[in-house]
Parts: sequence; C-alpha cells; structure tokens
Amino acid sequence: MSTNIVLCGVGGQGTVLASKLVASAAMSKGFEVRSAETIGMAQKGGSVMSHLRVGDDAFSPMIGSGEADLIIGFEPSETVRMLPFLKKGGAVITSDRPIMPVTAALKGSSYCGSEMTEYLRSFSGIGKLVVVDTESAVREIGSSKAMNMVLLGAASRSGLLGDITHEDIIEAMKRKVKPQFVEMNIKALEFVNI
Amino acid sequence: MHKEFLMGNEAIAMGAVAAGVNLVSGYPGTPSTEVLETIARLNDGSIYVEWSVNEKAGLEVAAGASYSGARTMVTMKQVGLNVASDPLMSLEYVGIKGGMVVMVADDPGPISSQTEQDTRTFASYSKLPCFDPSSAQEAYEMMIEAFEYSEKYGTPVLFRPTTRVCHAYASVSVREESEYYVNIPTGFFKDPSRWVIFPKLSNANHAKIELRNRELSSEFSSYARNSIIPSSSRLGIATHGISFANTMETLSSLSDRPSVLKIATPFPFPEKLALEFLSSVDEVLCIEELDPVIERALIAVCGKYGLSVKIRGKMTDDVKLSGENLRDDVTSYIYKFLGLEVPSVSVPDTPELPVRPPVLCAGCPHRASFYAVKHAMKGRETIFAGDIGCYTLGNAMPLDMVDTCLCMGAGVNIAQGVGRIKPDTKCFAFVGDSTFFASAITGAVNAVYNQADMTLIVLDNSTTAMTGHQPHPGTGKTMMGEITQAIDIEAVLRGVGVTVVERVNPLELEKAVETVKRVADLPGVKAILFESPCAMLFKPEKPLAVTDSCVDCRMCIKEIGCPGLIVSDNKVKIDPSLCNGCGLCSQVCPVGAISKEGSL
Repeated sequence: MSTNIVLCGVGGQGTVLASKLVASAAMSKGFEVRSAETIGMAQKGGSVMSHLRVGDDAFSPMIGSGEADLIIGFEPSETVRMLPFLKKGGAVITSDRPIMPVTAALKGSSYCGSEMTEYLRSFSGIGKLVVVDTESAVREIGSSKAMNMVLLGAASRSGLLGDITHEDIIEAMKRKVKPQFVEMNIKALEFVNI
Repeated sequence: MHKEFLMGNEAIAMGAVAAGVNLVSGYPGTPSTEVLETIARLNDGSIYVEWSVNEKAGLEVAAGASYSGARTMVTMKQVGLNVASDPLMSLEYVGIKGGMVVMVADDPGPISSQTEQDTRTFASYSKLPCFDPSSAQEAYEMMIEAFEYSEKYGTPVLFRPTTRVCHAYASVSVREESEYYVNIPTGFFKDPSRWVIFPKLSNANHAKIELRNRELSSEFSSYARNSIIPSSSRLGIATHGISFANTMETLSSLSDRPSVLKIATPFPFPEKLALEFLSSVDEVLCIEELDPVIERALIAVCGKYGLSVKIRGKMTDDVKLSGENLRDDVTSYIYKFLGLEVPSVSVPDTPELPVRPPVLCAGCPHRASFYAVKHAMKGRETIFAGDIGCYTLGNAMPLDMVDTCLCMGAGVNIAQGVGRIKPDTKCFAFVGDSTFFASAITGAVNAVYNQADMTLIVLDNSTTAMTGHQPHPGTGKTMMGEITQAIDIEAVLRGVGVTVVERVNPLELEKAVETVKRVADLPGVKAILFESPCAMLFKPEKPLAVTDSCVDCRMCIKEIGCPGLIVSDNKVKIDPSLCNGCGLCSQVCPVGAISKEGSL
C-alpha cells in the first residue's frame, strides 16, 4: 500500500521543499514516489498544495478524497480546507498561525485561526492531531522560514511518514539545503517533542 | 539506466537531450517553462538554447535549424501555439529534415491560462502527428520516440503533455549518457523546390500528407504506447494522459473491471487498434480532458465499420465539459458507468474558510504603478487595458485597475479601439517588459501610424516574473549565459515614433502621480516606463512598522491592499516576514504612522 500525504498552505510557505525532502528520503530507501503540486499564478498568496504518494502501487500523482494518511498544514484554514482528502482516522499536523488574505483584511473579517484549530480538535474523523505553536517555534528557532521543517519534524518524529524515519528526513535535509542552514533546520526538525 | 526524481517537465527535457537534440527554443509559459530551463541547466555547451522573443520566432529558428539537419525542440504553452501557428501550419506543408518536436503544454482547468484549447484538436487541424504522454516516465521515453517518428516521416510533431504531467514528480528511469543518441547536423543544402512554399508545392504535398497520415494511423495501431488492457467485461473505457492514470487508480480497487483503451497518439488516430477494442465491447465511456477527441474518433470508427457500440462521454454528459478530471471526478464517472454507488466523503459544518485569490506580492512595484495611475486619474473617464503577466493581478480589489485582458500584447490595441468609439475616454494600456518585446511593439506602431490618443504604461520590472524570472531582450542576458546588448524600451518606442516617453520609479509616489497627470493630457501616443525591479529579485530592505500614531483609518489596506498589511487584535500591523520595505504604504498613510523606525 502506498502512503499518501497532503501538504498544504499559502504560496511562499515552503510546502514544495518539504514535499521534496520526503520524496528524497523515500527514494533513497528505494521506494517509488509520485507527487503533484500547485505552480504558477495560483502560487502568489493563493492556497497551495502538494500531493505526495510513496509506494509501488500508485498510478496517479494525485490523491483522491478519503485517501490521505496524513495532512501537513502550514496554515490552519488551509488544513481544514484539505480535510476531505483525509482517510477516516488519518493524522493531521498543523500550524496554528493564521495568514489573513488581503480580501479578508479589506472586509474586516474576524478570521483569527483559533476557530480552525478548535474545529480540528472537535472533528471525529482525525485519528491523531498535532497543533504546532508556531509563534514559540519561530521565536526559539529564530526564523519563520523554518516552519516547514518544524511541521515535517513533527510528522517524522511521530512515525507518520510510513517507512520513512526521522533520521531519513534529517539525511535528506542535509542533501538538499545549503550547509549554513543545516544547524537551524535540525533545530526546527527537533522542535516538536512527541 | 538509473532512477532520478524528476518533474514531468524535467523528464521531457532529459528525453530530448537523450534523443540528441541540437537546438531548443521557446517562450516561457506555465506549465511548459521548466522544459527549456532544464535543458539550459543540463547543457554541456553542445546544445544551442534560447528564450526567443515569442513562440513564432522560436518556431522559425527551430525550423531553420531543422532544415539544416539539426534535431530541434520548441517549447511553449497552449496559447503560445496560437502565436506560432502561422509558421507551423505552413511548415507542415514544407516538412523538415532533422527531427523537430513542438512541445506544447496544455492546461486543463485552466489553472494558469486564458483558454482550455486542446492541442490534440490543433493536431488534426494542422495534420501534425501528436503525442500525449500519461506520466513523467512515459513522457521521457515518448520524447525520444517522437524525434524518431518526426525524422522518419519528415514532419514536425506535436508533443502535448498537460499540467498534471508537466508538474508532477516521479522517480523516472533515465538513460546513461553513453546511451544518448548523437545527431550531427548536415548543414543547409539549397533546394528551392523543397524549401520555398508555393501553391504548386502545397497542392502536391497536401495529398502526400493525407496519405502519410493514413500510414501513420496504421503504424500507431502497433505503437506500444497505444494499448488495450483487456478484460472479460463487455464494457470499455477509452482514455488518455493523466485521465488514464486516474482511471487505472480507480480501477485498481474494483474487482469487475472494464477493458481499457489507452490512446497516446490522438492524431493520426490508431484506427485498427480502436476497431479491435470496439469489437470486444458493447458500450464505451470516453474519459477525456478538454475536447472529446477520442470520443469523436470512436464514433467515426463505429460509423465507418457499421459497429453498434454505444459511445459515451462528454457528448452524452457522462463526463464534464470543461476543467480537469481530478481523481474524484474519474471515480464518479466510472462508478456511474458501472452502476455502482459513488463513494463520498463528508466533512460537516466546517467554519467559513477564507477565500484566497492570487494577489500581487508584498512590495511588488506593479502595485505602486497601478496606484499612481489610479490616483492621478481619479474622477476622469478612463479605460485601463491590461495584459498577460503578474500585473493581470492588478484587477484585484482594492486596486481594481484592469478593465480588459485578452492575450499577449492585446491591451495596447484594445485601448485604441475603445478610444475610437468614445474619444473623450482617457485610454491606458499596461504591458510588462517581456510582453512588450513578445508582442506589443506592433501595437505601438499601429497606434502611432493610425494617430491614436492613448497612454502606454510599460511596467518594467527587468524580468519575466510570472513564469519564474526568465531573461528577455531587455535584460541583457541570454539563455546561453551570455551578456548581450540590452534592448532599450525607450529607444524602441522613440524609434517607432512615440515622442513622449517618460521614465519614473513608481515607488516615488508623488513624482509618479504627477508624471501620469501631465503625460495623460498630452495629445497622441505617449508612454510612461515605470521602472522598478521585481520584488523577488533582490534582498528585502528593512521591513516597515506601524507606529503608535496610527489613527486606525485603515487607509493603507483600503487603498493598496498589500498582503504585508494585516489586521491583528483589531489593529493594522505589518507582517515583517512579508514586508520588503518598498515604502508605498508609508506614502499613502495620511498621518505618517508607517515607518522603518518602529520595526524590529
């Protein structure tokens, strides 16, 4: 069986790099990988997602409704938006920090993010939920750019990436990022204590 | 052979390299752009690679090289094919020598395009053989085969992946360098009876092309990428491209499976293979994106051979008429076709989700340019003709500065047309620097020649930003990495007779507004070049912050709508991770409450 992962967020948050790390880790263990992601106009401040499928029995790079083992959400409302993909009892890892779209700011919307995390906590279809306190993570790590690694680390440390271990992810990160960022990214990957 | 994790477009590029391509040209356009970029990255210097000024130029450069025995590839998106169609339609009559692949990426959805046109339909119109890959792996191998067919039959061929093939990643088996085909071009040999198109040549070649396509139809029936996956069922599914992958995914969880006809060459249609498939079934569901190409072809085969097989698909409303066939769509089509209950997933009572339309980036200089024109023209009768690029996003609230957008370079002519009907309207056309070179220069000539009254605004951010920062004639860099003479937009405009050309930095708001006010009221064709580099091209400056003197009027948000301006705890704040310090909001704030002083 393949392991199906949906990564989602807002354009510019680093979902693509996170998805590539998982793919690289999977390939280095000899697994087949397929993925699909949002590229182009929609990236500019819009909702973005990556579908990632690890395993030999997949044909399509896309995941269907109710097939995702795991959703990694970089923004709480985007996490909720992707819930239809989640398998019953699947896992969700999400950031709690909202990103207010310009349209919402213009209309004086009350969107604050906590309504999304509360909904996730109450939703019975989720088997395991990890809500990451992004403010503290950013403060401790010293960069908002490493958010993707914090969430990915939470997934790998919880054993939610199928046959891919936390160590596999660290090795993949070392292959993909510039040496001067390795230390910060390790700190980020280790941030969530499971 | 070894495996690499590749984007579909990278696999396509590596396929072309393995096929011994000598020259690659193209114009950027989502979802095709990464093909040419990958070739440029892998190039050891033996391949000539260029971003051409537009698709027509790219195709003509490749045709010349192909006449000279080179293997060539031209890359573009589907609407780019419209620009290249003039030379391509004629080239099909003339033919080529070295293998030539016209790589046109279609965009069902559309996700990042103006149209949902189907290059498979263009194939039958232009009589060009067409290859339609269903995965990155297949695209890699099919590219190598496409070159072989092109060379064998002396015709350019179309290669049309769709977005989900172009932008999907997969572990792909690729050849070792020692296995690459090496093509040594012969050079051009003069032969006017072959290379000069005249009615007599076209008439003779037309008949040859029709006969060749019959032969290809027969050959494609035994081409391994067109295939039948048989079953004992009397029901069948005919499909292609990513819809094939999605169909196989749905069928993998079913026990009683229909047989499947996979079409990789929609034109010339593999008639014999289709006949074999149709003779084993009573009813066929065609699962296609964009046009019902396979559906029509199967109906034609049934008519030609008097078969009583029911063909279903778009024309019977069993498959939706537009947009992508996502996984759930395909599952729903197949379950309904088989008389099964369609599975559904429900996520009840979710809180209202914020809508996220794409917007201009924080610090984008286009925002300042649009705002300056808007401010300068307040209360006047105006038309703002937009164009293709990031700046189409100037249509979003609160800027609301794009009244029309049609195709590359159209805005400058649309503005003239509106002005002809209502001469008291102040007509503006906005065009980016890359689009200016691609197809707006002729529009400027038209305006000057026909004595239009309009203002051309060139949004010069020194790059082709929307597709990922490709060089263009104004940047002074080529895709071979050479530094070349940058073509000066002001000089071009003056050269074609525009006498008023002003250059201004849009981030100096007061000066920009004053320039627009002054220039717009001059008679004739005028141009303003708003010059400021794309915000993605340089390291952000120190972010701004809202100080205690903010009176909460929210003028900044209401006027410019920068994503860096957010409301938190009912106060306007600036998100330092998004702000790049452009300073536009500080010039809009009526009480001077936004500055660099208060920020971290």
